[in-house]
Amino acid sequence: MSQLSFSDEQRQFRDFVARFFREQSPVARARELMLSEAGYDPELWRRLGGELGLTGVHVPEAYGGQGFGAVELGIVLEEMGRVAYCGPYFGSAVLATYALLEGATAAQQERWLPELAAGGVIGSLAVAETGGGWEAETVRASARQSAGRWRLEGTKSYVLDGRIADFFIVAARESGSTGAEGLSLFVVQAGAAGLEVEPLQTIDATRRLSRLRLSGVDAELLGEPGAAAPALRRVLDRAAVALASEMVGGAQALLDSAVSYAKLRVQFGRLIGSFQAIKHRCADMLLAVELAKSAAYGAAEVAAREASADELGEAAALAKALAAEAFLQAAVDTIQIHGGIGFTWENDTHLYFKRARGSEFLLGTPAEFRDRFVEYVSAREAAHE
Amino acid sequence: MNEPAAEQVREEARAWLAEHWDSDLPLAEWRRRLVSSGWGCPTWPAAWFGKGLSEALGEVVQAEFRRAGAVGVASSGVRMLAAATLLEHGSEEQKARLLPRILTGEDTWCQLFSEPGSGSDLAGLTTRAELNRDTWIVNGQKVWTTSAHHARYGMLLARTDWDVPKHRGLSFFVLEIEQPGVEVRPLRQMNGHASFNEVFMTDARVPRDMLVGKPGGGWQVALTTLAHERRLADGMRTWGQAERGEGRVYRELREEQARVMEPYKWYPQRAGRVDLILPVARASGRLPDPVVRQEIARALMLERAAQWTARRARAARALGQPPGPEGSLGKLAASVVARAAARAHAAAVGPDALLAGENAPAEGMVAEVLLSVPAISIAGGTDEIQRNIIAERVLGLPKEPRDDVDVPFRDVRRNPSNVSR
Ligand SMILES: Cc1cc2nc3c(=O)[nH]c(=O)nc-3n(C[C@H](O)[C@H](O)[C@H](O)COP(=O)(O)OP(=O)(O)OC[C@H]3O[C@@H](n4cnc5c(N)ncnc54)[C@H](O)[C@@H]3O)c2cc1C
Ligand SMILES: Cc1cc2nc3c(=O)[nH]c(=O)nc-3n(C[C@H](O)[C@H](O)[C@H](O)COP(=O)(O)OP(=O)(O)OC[C@H]3O[C@@H](n4cnc5c(N)ncnc54)[C@H](O)[C@@H]3O)c2cc1C
Repeated sequence: MSQLSFSDEQRQFRDFVARFFREQSPVARARELMLSEAGYDPELWRRLGGELGLTGVHVPEAYGGQGFGAVELGIVLEEMGRVAYCGPYFGSAVLATYALLEGATAAQQERWLPELAAGGVIGSLAVAETGGGWEAETVRASARQSAGRWRLEGTKSYVLDGRIADFFIVAARESGSTGAEGLSLFVVQAGAAGLEVEPLQTIDATRRLSRLRLSGVDAELLGEPGAAAPALRRVLDRAAVALASEMVGGAQALLDSAVSYAKLRVQFGRLIGSFQAIKHRCADMLLAVELAKSAAYGAAEVAAREASADELGEAAALAKALAAEAFLQAAVDTIQIHGGIGFTWENDTHLYFKRARGSEFLLGTPAEFRDRFVEYVSAREAAHE
Repeated sequence: MNEPAAEQVREEARAWLAEHWDSDLPLAEWRRRLVSSGWGCPTWPAAWFGKGLSEALGEVVQAEFRRAGAVGVASSGVRMLAAATLLEHGSEEQKARLLPRILTGEDTWCQLFSEPGSGSDLAGLTTRAELNRDTWIVNGQKVWTTSAHHARYGMLLARTDWDVPKHRGLSFFVLEIEQPGVEVRPLRQMNGHASFNEVFMTDARVPRDMLVGKPGGGWQVALTTLAHERRLADGMRTWGQAERGEGRVYRELREEQARVMEPYKWYPQRAGRVDLILPVARASGRLPDPVVRQEIARALMLERAAQWTARRARAARALGQPPGPEGSLGKLAASVVARAAARAHAAAVGPDALLAGENAPAEGMVAEVLLSVPAISIAGGTDEIQRNIIAERVLGLPKEPRDDVDVPFRDVRRNPSNVSR
């Protein structure tokens, strides 16, 4: 059972991380970076890896990480979400890192993780395909072996940080296999022959996406062939928990902004925060944010211990769906409370609004997670009977 | 204070129960032992029938009671609001006299706050109390008073001064219900049950020593009651499970529950019965329906997140933060959960949502959920009032301009006596 409370060390860690991002990467910085060519700040990235060790916060010390777990990772992401941090952390430190932790052999982990954990290389995970989702079942990209080498064919979409990643972890299946069968994860190097990276124009410019075309591209198999589906499920569930933390950070930033604006803006001779139409919206926002936070914190605790795949899946579904809803609603409300200013480019709210929209669909829609949640709960109840 | 460790408390509780728990005792006598030993309310102050333990250690004690199958003190309903209020504001004499019989279950209480003309605006009430030598004489009407029909005492809020602003002219009394000046009339609810009442007071009498706090200080006292009421709103979900077991204590407990709880049979239903949603959907065969599943998921998810939020609040309190206006957040959450649950139940049964009674889904429970949920966003302070409290006291948003607070109550606009019904 989740404790839903942070230790003193965890609280200090949060204060430290929060101050760092507030000072070194405020939302104004995200605004600059999202329009820049690279789309991130390489200097800040080096500091996250080297000086702060945040890129490996949840990686075992044996692989050069900090040896903490999902709770600390959630703290980092929540504070990043607050400032709409713009960079490859989620794609590399969360998705690619978890993929190696869950799906690679020990030898591969030794080879890849230390540099990834130190932020020396940027990784990315490619699962979804055009119009498809983040599930083993929807993977169509295929892998075949010839002359002892693996070659991949297919298209991947919604791939994070495609332009800057040093390598991709790609989900592909044995030709002819379906469902969870025959699925493997592969490492593909950026710049490999037969790999084409096509940047996509996105609503959320702080989170860059690409499409990958794989035409017989050379790949290294991770782990055992055809056995990656359970690992991939865990990777995506852990990532959903992490994304939920990022979303509640964003939602809290929106609430803070809406409330402080309502305490400044005067109309009809009164602060608009004294009108119930505004007050009640803010109260509802607070409730939704608090519920989502509880779900995210509880799920991070589940992810931090050796929970079963189903327990993790249930917690991830809860956290992702509630965070997505709370974040988007908070963005809508915050624009509304700002009136005309809320619809301008100059006001920061739209950055969060776009992040909320993007995060809503990344890794799966709230409706999908809700459906899965019912499946988990109902299976668990049936098992008890 | 240096708190004893969980292990030590567990052992002490276990040893005490081993020595004293006896399922053949009369219920009231067993509970008197709990009261005099402090094990019945371990989180209460040691000077007042408790042991001064933290909430966390209190849970350790509860776990020992569950393990031993031992019956606890009476703790249902309004009695605990009365107890919390008296603990904070009662005189020594009032605490010594009233608290033990609350805990033994011998006295039942009700909350005489709302009136036809003032519900949300509680401080606008017009029941009048005037001191005549050693007795307060009370005239007025209360309404929606839960439990009044079987209560021995009521927490009565009445106006004692009409020449000061509304919040400063109220006083808090303990009113004995069974007396000639008090008439209780059951009031039927939209779901057919009758757990609340109208209470008419005509020259009802309250001895002078049953004033709680100071004359004119009633609002402060009532705020304590209301804060606990909001906090306990969540707890109402698991209302009244009669323990199974042989022996006189259990028998009498079941009798007590049947009698005292009868009017509240519908309380779990007003919270939405989230526990029944999946069984109901399985029984109707609609669980695989994707639209139904979305509604079910919303209810189950909100319920889980609300539970976890309550646990977070408890963890924060364990770190020394006092219970504050976040109780309003819990109450609002309970409303949101209940409404989502009602939608899920309706979706899960389809057209059978038209039916009520024993042959309807879940032996009529679904119908009762649908007809009871509207109460949760009204009773104990409406959702709108909770949102005002959250906005002003948690988020610090400015108060609305008001013209009823700084003037003598006499001059405040009020409901004409026929508008309130
Ligand atoms: C796309 C767009 C095009 C526009 N085009 C024009 C144009 O061509 N010409 C022009 O003159 N203007 C134009 N406007 C301005 C528009 O009319 C105002 O933005 C709008 O009236 C709100 O005023 P405000 O932005 O000052 O917000 P505010 O009035 O400051 O409102 C802020 C928030 O407080 C709330 N609020 C304010 N008063 C109350 C109250 N009494 N009770 C409850 N809530 C309250 C509002 O609903 C809002 O949520 C345009 C705006 C937009 C977004
Ligand atoms: C099942 C049940 C049990 C109850 N048990 C008890 C009991 O034991 N003892 C007791 O004393 N009372 C009891 N009540 C009464 C309850 O506390 C009141 O009904 C409640 O406080 C609302 O008051 P009201 O009914 O007068 O509605 P009103 O206060 O008249 O409210 C009518 C509507 O106006 C809204 N409103 C009022 N003021 C504001 C405002 N400032 N801002 C925005 N909206 C506002 C309300 O939210 C509501 O929607 C019970 C009620 C129910 C339903």
